[in-house]
Amino acid sequence: MSTFVLLTITGLGLGAMYFLIASGLSLIYGLMGVLNFAHGFFLTVGAYGTWWMELHLTGIGSIWLRYMIGAAFGIALGALVAGVVELVLIRPLYQRHIEQVLVTVGLAIAGTALVQAIWGADQRAFVTPPWLNETTDVLGAKVPNDRWLEIATAAVVFVLLQLFLRRTRYGLIIRAGVENRSMVQALGIDVRKAFTLVFAIGGVAAALAGALSNVYFGSVTPERGTSLLIFAFIVVVIGGLGSLGGSAVASVVVGLSQQYANYYGSTGMGEIVVILLLGVVLLVRPRGLAGAVAT
Amino acid sequence: MSAAVAPAAARPLLAVSDLHVYIGESHVLQGVSFDVPEGGVTALLGRNGVGKTTTIRALLGLTHRRGTVSFDGADISHAPTHRIVRRAIGYVPEDRDVFAGLTVAENLRLAERDAQPRYELVYDLFPRLRERARQRAGTLSGGEQQMLALGRALLNENRLLLVDEPTKGLAPLLVTEVARALERIAELTTVLLVEQNLAVVRRIARDAVVLDQGRVVHVGDAAALLADRDRVHRLLGVSGGGHP
Amino acid sequence: MSRRTWEIVLPASLVVLLAFVPKISADIPRLFNGPLNSPGTLQLLALCLLFGGVALTYDLLFGYTGLLSFGHAFYFAVGVYFTAIALTKWHWGFGPSLLFVAALGLVLPTLIGAVSLRVGGIAFAMVTLAVAQVGAVLVIKNPRGWTGGEEAFGTDYAALPDAFVGVLNTKNLYWLALVYAVAVFLIVRWAVESSPGRIWQAIRENEQRVEVLGLHPHRYKLMAFVLSSFLATAGGVVYLLLQTGPTPHVTSADFTLTLLIMVVLGGAGTKWGAMLGGVLYTYLNNRLGAVGDSSTVQGLPEVLRVPLSEPLFLLGTLFILIVFFAPGGITGLATRGRRPTSMRQLESSLRAERAEVTAPVQTTEEGA
Repeated sequence: MSTFVLLTITGLGLGAMYFLIASGLSLIYGLMGVLNFAHGFFLTVGAYGTWWMELHLTGIGSIWLRYMIGAAFGIALGALVAGVVELVLIRPLYQRHIEQVLVTVGLAIAGTALVQAIWGADQRAFVTPPWLNETTDVLGAKVPNDRWLEIATAAVVFVLLQLFLRRTRYGLIIRAGVENRSMVQALGIDVRKAFTLVFAIGGVAAALAGALSNVYFGSVTPERGTSLLIFAFIVVVIGGLGSLGGSAVASVVVGLSQQYANYYGSTGMGEIVVILLLGVVLLVRPRGLAGAVAT
Repeated sequence: MSAAVAPAAARPLLAVSDLHVYIGESHVLQGVSFDVPEGGVTALLGRNGVGKTTTIRALLGLTHRRGTVSFDGADISHAPTHRIVRRAIGYVPEDRDVFAGLTVAENLRLAERDAQPRYELVYDLFPRLRERARQRAGTLSGGEQQMLALGRALLNENRLLLVDEPTKGLAPLLVTEVARALERIAELTTVLLVEQNLAVVRRIARDAVVLDQGRVVHVGDAAALLADRDRVHRLLGVSGGGHP
Repeated sequence: MSRRTWEIVLPASLVVLLAFVPKISADIPRLFNGPLNSPGTLQLLALCLLFGGVALTYDLLFGYTGLLSFGHAFYFAVGVYFTAIALTKWHWGFGPSLLFVAALGLVLPTLIGAVSLRVGGIAFAMVTLAVAQVGAVLVIKNPRGWTGGEEAFGTDYAALPDAFVGVLNTKNLYWLALVYAVAVFLIVRWAVESSPGRIWQAIRENEQRVEVLGLHPHRYKLMAFVLSSFLATAGGVVYLLLQTGPTPHVTSADFTLTLLIMVVLGGAGTKWGAMLGGVLYTYLNNRLGAVGDSSTVQGLPEVLRVPLSEPLFLLGTLFILIVFFAPGGITGLATRGRRPTSMRQLESSLRAERAEVTAPVQTTEEGA
């Protein structure tokens, strides 16, 4: 029983990280029609930004504070990079979706290579606040505390994004734009500003996932963005392109399935089960669990 | 009803000159030229597929176009859609294109452009929209969606309204309701109306522009055109009256 | 001579010239590290030719039929890994191993394609990505120790024909790669100009129209899929012979993306584009490392030196520039860098697919 509880919570923790990445991907695709392969790079930017800042805050004693400031820096950096990427690389290619996708591919490769060039391809250890390394006893299971952080963060981000989509004007524009971009233009609204905003939001969420992944894995490495990205894509498709709620549900399903299958099956079974799940969903319901309504 | 003919010296509100549109390999609009005078309703007529909707979309910049379009003297031939609309042009698309996932109220709110959007006017004309304000637009009937699409365009003080087949697919009772709404709308703003239902055209249009195979083949008084049965048959392929 | 004759004479002469390379001991400084017939240079040239061919197999899917696949590397990897496993872990002979891999190269894409081609556009792209991931995961999982997991294992040399073993025989491998490239080119050319081939291009242009004409697009797409995957598997076998053993890198998503880059770099859906892109990319990937180590670059300030010494960074940036300024690739530069037809058509089919996937809920008809 305690194993089951442990698996469930760690599965939710994994799902939490998938959600953070998938949410941005889903909105970007839903609104702009761009399959953003560079999203993993945004995660890497967040991860390395957090790590770098933490390393350099030698004056501050509290590791928690260093982590928080590091994460804030990483997130700001992620937002900035994402926004600039949209303005410089994506916007000029307006309406040319294939080229936009290709450009993100090039960016993913060049960006990861750049990070590798600067800090090396090997993973670097990450100094984690001690509490996150300890465990809490839940129904007999010893749950690593960082899972709580991830789950809480994802939940907060989900709520904030929902509030943003439902209560703000830009949220309204984005929800409408996911449905029918040209009609939004025909209402006199310049959707392109929403594009940059959505990219920046995606950058924030991905960078946040990066900061969290440093803790989850205890290290920072250049390829983490790419490896997590593939699962995030799967989550997005299963949940339904453009649907935030769909991504949320799908991340939970994928995270849990992966954990259970990896334990009750064998190592590697988790990934295969997830992929089979994708195949089944695509054949039975190509629109994904929720179709595309950006809520 | 036909109003008095506009004074000849007045500048047209919308002037279209030599408009060409290619969709894929197809040369859909082959040099369309016409004017829309200020005030009243100008009907854009023609058989299915001649390019009426394409013309409207081209005016708004929703497709690539070549040629000259000027609105109130300003050249909008190459302007992006949102800038064109911000010059006070409203659009009621052929398939209504309301946002199904948003509520009626949200659809209207999204359309707000002016400092003082005219909600009272819209709800006055379409009381059902007030009733259904919190309902998702996707669950509305076709007629209600049409009202939402019209109301959305009325919210702002537009100088020109581009209305594409507002009575398409509606039951006769609703057609009358829409026609009545259009009459009131025409009192407030200039309208360029694409419409296959000739009874509606007869009721509210002043001028008519007829397209055939991507070109303008007739321009003139709407009532005069519709009274000429042969011409109507030749250009529009129907024998007058409503469509089936 | 007529144009048609030129189109045959010129490439044929090129092939003959390439065939003679192992006999030429000329030195081309800066371009190559050693004389043309040195094993190192021949190895590089062989890789270039090989990937020219593999890129063309990908172009068949992407540039000609309009199928955006992110998992083409999977079939290549099947060729690499199963040959190595059969020879080294199962101790089969060379002949039986080849037959086995050939059978796999036909059966696997048929089965996988039949299922995954039921969806199109983005959904299909995701399925192919997922399939490739399965391959990557299985390799790392190392079932029964067959795949070697994350470390490479060496192919059992004893099982290979002598002609392909040993540094001195690099020229044989070079010729093998040349044969592969020529064979792929001829097969693809023949396939594309045949009647199923024309239907592939029609599918890329407008799948609905093909369907309306009573032809079943699914059947033709499957044909293109199986042919291109089989040829990729064959390429995998050649690749294995050129290397000491299989490595997990060939199963990575990065690797398929590399193929995509090769195709776009050269020019998607053109006669020579993909091949040119494959050759050029492989060459650059190999040689840019040397540029990075050169004294000129090492002398630059750190801000410039660090990125410039990383070949993938240069290639990624180059790719971005190509996409921006010459989406038709190098062959497209001849047509002033306009967007290639293949891309335009793939774009509109993806947009149609997107409209379907993200369509809002249907409304009830009027009757208020």
